[in-house]
Amino acid sequence: MRRSLLFLPGNNPNMLMNGSCLGADAIIFDLEDAVSPAEKDAARILVRNTMTYLNFGSYQRIVRINATDTAFWKLDLDFVMPQKPDMILLPKTSTPKDVLLADAYMTKLEERLGFDTNTVALMPLIETALGVENAFAIATATPRVQALFLGAEDLTADLQCTRTKEGKEIAYARSRLVMAARAAGIDVYDTPFTDVNDEEGLVTDAVYAKELGFSGKSAISPRHVEQINHIFSPSPEEIAYAYEVLTAIEDAVKQGKGAIALRGKMIDAPIVSRAKQTVAMAEALGFSQEVLE
Amino acid sequence: MNKLVNSLREAIELSGLTDGMTVSFHHHLRNGDFVLNMVLDQIAQMGIGNLQVNASSLFDCHLPILEHIRKGVVSGLQANYISAGPGRAISQGILEKPVQFRTHGGRPRDIALGNTPIDVAFIAAPASDPMGNCTGKYGKSACGSLGYAMADAMYAKKVVVITDTLMDYPLQDFSIPESYVDYVVCVDAIGDPSGIVSGTTQITRDPVGLVMASHAAKVIEASGLLKDGFSFQTGAGGASLAAAKFLKEIMLKKNIQGSFGLGGITGYMVDMLEAGCFRNLLDVQCFDLKAVESLRNDPRHMEISAMHYAAPAVRSSVVDNLDVVILGATEIDTDFNVNVHTDSNGYIMGGSGGHSDVAAGSQLCMIIAPLFRARLPIITDRVNCISTPGKDVDVLVTQGGIAVNPKNKELKARLTDAGLPIIDIHRLKENTEKITGIPKKITKGTRPVAEVLSREGQIQDIIYCIGKQE
Repeated sequence: MRRSLLFLPGNNPNMLMNGSCLGADAIIFDLEDAVSPAEKDAARILVRNTMTYLNFGSYQRIVRINATDTAFWKLDLDFVMPQKPDMILLPKTSTPKDVLLADAYMTKLEERLGFDTNTVALMPLIETALGVENAFAIATATPRVQALFLGAEDLTADLQCTRTKEGKEIAYARSRLVMAARAAGIDVYDTPFTDVNDEEGLVTDAVYAKELGFSGKSAISPRHVEQINHIFSPSPEEIAYAYEVLTAIEDAVKQGKGAIALRGKMIDAPIVSRAKQTVAMAEALGFSQEVLE
Repeated sequence: MNKLVNSLREAIELSGLTDGMTVSFHHHLRNGDFVLNMVLDQIAQMGIGNLQVNASSLFDCHLPILEHIRKGVVSGLQANYISAGPGRAISQGILEKPVQFRTHGGRPRDIALGNTPIDVAFIAAPASDPMGNCTGKYGKSACGSLGYAMADAMYAKKVVVITDTLMDYPLQDFSIPESYVDYVVCVDAIGDPSGIVSGTTQITRDPVGLVMASHAAKVIEASGLLKDGFSFQTGAGGASLAAAKFLKEIMLKKNIQGSFGLGGITGYMVDMLEAGCFRNLLDVQCFDLKAVESLRNDPRHMEISAMHYAAPAVRSSVVDNLDVVILGATEIDTDFNVNVHTDSNGYIMGGSGGHSDVAAGSQLCMIIAPLFRARLPIITDRVNCISTPGKDVDVLVTQGGIAVNPKNKELKARLTDAGLPIIDIHRLKENTEKITGIPKKITKGTRPVAEVLSREGQIQDIIYCIGKQE
């Protein structure tokens, strides 16, 4: 479960040390944009040590390495792969070739480290027009790809348009990425809302992303994490309904009924599938049918 | 009868002050106070020396006292709090005789019992009439409550009120009555308003502070104490205020009305009063302009003396009726002893103030502290100085989890049931040291520079000299 993915600058020890306390489901240790070229080496060491010595409990650890057209990305992987991050976020992914390049090197490192292949997943960061156009091919380039991630700041620069809070300029990219990821059977994460002081704007933006089908949303400010978690969590009503659906199905099976209706609506396979997802998420969040009752 | 004298010098002469006597001051003008320096300068000019100073607190604005110590004008010091500026010189051994640290409750108790007799009390009063009826609620240097000055006024052999706003007799709504006052002096300014109270106190935006504040509010909610009649004290620090904000939201949502908010009062506590979270505020010190204004205008907001606030062994004091207090720490050890006197390098930079009084009196004493500051861990095996003994501390809230004092099994069970992240304090220490490493032990000298007295007046700990010796 990754409702919120919080970026932490790889060269900021204070933020890194407190990363696990900030409530995000996943932390993205950033070696790319947050770190100037002169500090890449220090950031690599800091991020490696943070992952070595800090207990992240149930939090997922994601590292944004530098893009494959830089001189840094292989060194980044050399440093962080031994710590078994959950995912590598690969910036400026525009074609399946970019994915395969990183995948091949990660496979090599996994062999060297004695890890199973695909121990560390890959999440392409789609932030170019070409990347958006190639989204499905990127999502299916290798089984290592387990999610797509939309980066709207760089994308709007590439689109030669202005990035706005309303986000009309990225409407197509958002829908396209959700479609591609869901068609590939993987997760998809939304771009951060960058005005750290606009809580109302954040809520509008995150609710919209959830309605489009995103699995979760990234944040550049820890202050956004709680709202994002709240928005991407099932509501008590949704959880209660999901349990009701599953109970109705169970009863129907016992009674040997084929099709059943609940609250005047036929329960079909997609409804059951969604109810199962909701219950799984609710239980991961510590809810249960007893708690709700 | 004319109590109004022409100059500070005249008041000092009339008071009969001579070598070796004890003079006292309060700290309601905080880091904007002019009075302590003004009085000591005048005393020095008059050639009086070897004085003992009993000040409820010393701030960095009082650094000129160090020169008076070097020249022998001042040879002894008693205080409840000494900030880092003068604290450093004291830690380096500027005084031959160790400083005596008391608590906000212990100081008036010892004054009242005659353990620390005061010869002349100099009371900075933002407004006074010519007979000495005075208050902090009015005047250009208004500071609100004068709670810490009341024992000085009641028990000193001579009392001099120093004001910069002379009002017509009788001053209405006085805090200290003329019956205690011998002389009144009017000067140009008793303080710098910008250092006396802050314009507004700000709630932290620091994400780590907010995490701790959120934990703190949930601890209170789960403690079983949050119900109608609830009483509460919190500090003016960013995370403490944020905890009050979260608590306010819970109280309003659950429609809980507390009985009183206590202590040093901030605008945020005033907001809680006005929102109906409390019936009253009991105020020994105002921290900001909003608190001053509320004390002046809202009869539900009441001024109390330090004795009434926190003194032990009196018939009763408010701290003994307090449900929950949120306090800070510069260090806390695995036995829950708290240090608020020295920094991690052993230099004096604070003092108990009311810390140990409210910890002892309250039903739930919560310490909020980050796991580390700069690169130094806050949890240690043994604090450099025991300001508040661990027996009076119930729970430590950090960004990395909540540690409950093992003595409080019921609280631990309640917090665990509420799903809060409970962790053993030793584990928390180990987790932190994985990040920071274990700091080298500081090298202390052998000469005591301060005695830390418990609120009952017993020596609880000794602070030794450190660094460059004077």
